[in-house]
Amino acid sequence: MCHLRLSNVSKRFGTQEVIRDLDLSIEDGAFVVFVGPSGCGKSTLLRLIAGLEDASAGTIEIDDEDVTQLPPARRGLSMVFQSYALYPHMTVRANIAFPLRMAGLDKAAVDRKVTEAARVLNLTDYLSRKPRQLSGGQRQRVAIGRAIVREPKAFLFDEPLSNLDAALRVNMRLEISELHHQLGTTMIYVTHDQIEAMTMADTIVVLNKGVVEQVGSPMELYRRPANLFVAGFIGSPRMNFINGREAAKLGAEVIGVRPEHITLSPDGGTWRGEVGVAEHLGSDTFLHIKVDGVGQITARAPGEVDLRHGETISLTPEPGKMHLFGKTGEVIRTPEGVS
Amino acid sequence: MATLHTQSTARLMMSPSVILLLAWMLIPLSMTLYFSFLRYNLLMPGMEEWTGFFNYQYFVTDPAFTAALVNTLVLVASVLVISVGGGLLMALLLDQPFFGRGIVRLLVIAPFFVMPTVSALVWKNMLMHPVYGLFAWVARGVGLEPVDWLSSAPLLSIILIVSWQWLPFAALILLTALQSLDEEQMEAAEMDGASALRRFVHITLPHLSRAITVVILIETIFLLSVFAEILVTTSGGPGYDSTNLSYLIYTQALLQFDVGGASAGGIIAVILANIVAIFLIRLIGKNLET
Amino acid sequence: MARTVSTQRKAAVTVLAWVIGLLIFFPILWTVLTSFKTEGEAIANPPSFLFFDWTMENYTEVQERSNYLRHVVNSVAISFGSTLIGLIIAVPAAWAMAFSPTKRTKGILMWMLSTKMLPAVGVLMPIYLIFRDLGLLDTLIALIIVMTMVNLPIMVWMLYTYFKEIPADILEAARMDGAGLRQEIVYVLAPMAVPGIASTCLLNIILAWNEAFWSLNLTAASAAPLTAFIASYSSPEGLFWAKLSAASTMAIAPILVLGWFSQRQLVRGLTFGAVK
Repeated sequence: MCHLRLSNVSKRFGTQEVIRDLDLSIEDGAFVVFVGPSGCGKSTLLRLIAGLEDASAGTIEIDDEDVTQLPPARRGLSMVFQSYALYPHMTVRANIAFPLRMAGLDKAAVDRKVTEAARVLNLTDYLSRKPRQLSGGQRQRVAIGRAIVREPKAFLFDEPLSNLDAALRVNMRLEISELHHQLGTTMIYVTHDQIEAMTMADTIVVLNKGVVEQVGSPMELYRRPANLFVAGFIGSPRMNFINGREAAKLGAEVIGVRPEHITLSPDGGTWRGEVGVAEHLGSDTFLHIKVDGVGQITARAPGEVDLRHGETISLTPEPGKMHLFGKTGEVIRTPEGVS
Repeated sequence: MATLHTQSTARLMMSPSVILLLAWMLIPLSMTLYFSFLRYNLLMPGMEEWTGFFNYQYFVTDPAFTAALVNTLVLVASVLVISVGGGLLMALLLDQPFFGRGIVRLLVIAPFFVMPTVSALVWKNMLMHPVYGLFAWVARGVGLEPVDWLSSAPLLSIILIVSWQWLPFAALILLTALQSLDEEQMEAAEMDGASALRRFVHITLPHLSRAITVVILIETIFLLSVFAEILVTTSGGPGYDSTNLSYLIYTQALLQFDVGGASAGGIIAVILANIVAIFLIRLIGKNLET
Repeated sequence: MARTVSTQRKAAVTVLAWVIGLLIFFPILWTVLTSFKTEGEAIANPPSFLFFDWTMENYTEVQERSNYLRHVVNSVAISFGSTLIGLIIAVPAAWAMAFSPTKRTKGILMWMLSTKMLPAVGVLMPIYLIFRDLGLLDTLIALIIVMTMVNLPIMVWMLYTYFKEIPADILEAARMDGAGLRQEIVYVLAPMAVPGIASTCLLNIILAWNEAFWSLNLTAASAAPLTAFIASYSSPEGLFWAKLSAASTMAIAPILVLGWFSQRQLVRGLTFGAVK
């Protein structure tokens, strides 16, 4: 099993620094998600761990062994690519068997493992097909099958669900989580989708411009974001940020309130505003409300709320759920106390 | 994995191609350049001497040069107009749904695969022969006097033959480009109320412009050096009526053995081709970025 | 567009397209028909289109009179030989440029292309003299060398565009799966590169087979490929149209079939990837 440690890792492409002096430790058996906007360096970080990119500086250790100079094949990791990267000229069976053949296993053992992986992934009926004859979800499974047969020290996933449609994505999300529980192997997963991060991870690493903004469990990041960036990135709909006079009242540069922490009432609240668009999801209603002197506020009301465009309403932020941020975006007070 | 090791391997892998092409280009070209300043005739060996720009002066002031230059330009321009114009119409026609589209497409592109000497001889004899040719039979059939194509209209005959070879090329390239046109774009224009003609002018034509440019430039490169078709049909005659620059240089070189004169002509041809090449390279280079 | 086209319109287009298509194809058709006529019928007036005594004698006579087979062998040797040598030189170059590109890669590609635009007459004299001095005039070696060099830029280009389309992801996946360089090439790269290499060979064979300038200028009787051999029918001694047609039919048939099978790849190769 695998304990992974990155120390002072940097990566430059020419003069551009994509990863800056990064330290990170990943516990054995964890499900770690790297999340961040595009261009934040999350994929590069994954490829550094995989060995597909050479680190410009720093060391990468797997189980206390320095693998910085080791080629990808000898790091004992498996990777699932965004494009799946299946070998187009090989059948599903040959695709899944490929890493085993490379490892020099005898034919009987290869067959046994491929059959077992196909059974687990519901691919048994497709073993003799070529990748182009499969649907997106099936291709995804083949890619996962190819990764698990090696019994790697850790799985690396590079935005594996971004090419699937919404319904399938939810399914695969569950399947991958289930797989993690079954195998108990360390998984490192890259995504730009914070919902994937929140639902799958034990630990989320939020990256921005090549720097780690915060590391923590999903609920930690939700409850106690360390700065404006994390606060804005985690949570959906996005946290409301209010600056100016309202913030100054509380001695902060910016205050943040999540839409679900705003109470609506016909009158008598902290702020009054005019309802713009109301998004009715059935289970929830998202209201976009224009508040004078505060700005555009998104509020979430449970269930069905019968409010129309142009109506006026009162809003009250739940007092204990406010996040206060200072000049540089750092948090100065979280709902559960001073950080 | 752009490591130092793979970089040097890459250089090693490229070197045979680069060195051979460099030699293939530089050695003969510098020899041509050198010969062009010599009085050098294979029939008078050992008489070589430096003559400066005499060969150029001689070649350029020769009335045959002017004739050949004009013929070259007329040939290139006419074939371009016929093949690109005809090719465009052909491509539009082949893009329509109809029965046997695949077969007609094969029929249309076939002439491009016929070797130049065969197409020239087939046209010269079986089609354009003033007595036994099919054109003569057709002309007599409608009560006209058969034309002796190759002696009374030599350049036009060659233009027809060469156009027959290159129209399929243009049609094939333009058809391929036409088929890559985004259908939704067309449908959007239709929703916007654009007529068929306007859709062609505002959407199809701009979409094809790159392909048309490529066709024009590539054909120009090849058409500047049309040779075999002239050799086996008119031999450049009568007089210099169907001599182009390539053919003139060939006669200077391998019929009169005037190495110096032919080399001067060759350098002029290279300069002429380079003017076109610059445009073509730029265009393809631009496409390489995307 | 997924809409029904009116039947009249479709019928009209069908007729028009077939008429034009047959007109364009007619010279080839006429050559093939003439090759089965006697010399007398070949120049008959009015010409006979289908109702004549079909004969194969022109085909046997072309061989007997001028050793046609020898020129076929020359053409095959030149086109296949130059393709094979070109492949050996071009594949590593295209490979390197596609998989470890540097800042200079584009410049080198452009320069290679520019050599293709050098008009042949510009180097006719030196090439002729060099081969004369080496005693290589009218030899297959000379033509194979020339054809290899003339087509090398197109080969490198075409292979480059094909190799570039092989996704880097897949090579990385192979590396992650534990494949070494040799295994990566044998099991993953080669199978994916084969179709591109095959199309490149096809185009090269077609171009070399039909090349006329160097064939006419560098060969005489013994090394002449079909392009040069057919040209010998231009001499005005007698009208041997049926035999010319038989010789021509045999010379163009294989290439026509190859060309028909590889239309799409040809477009790509001939436009240096600018039109796909």
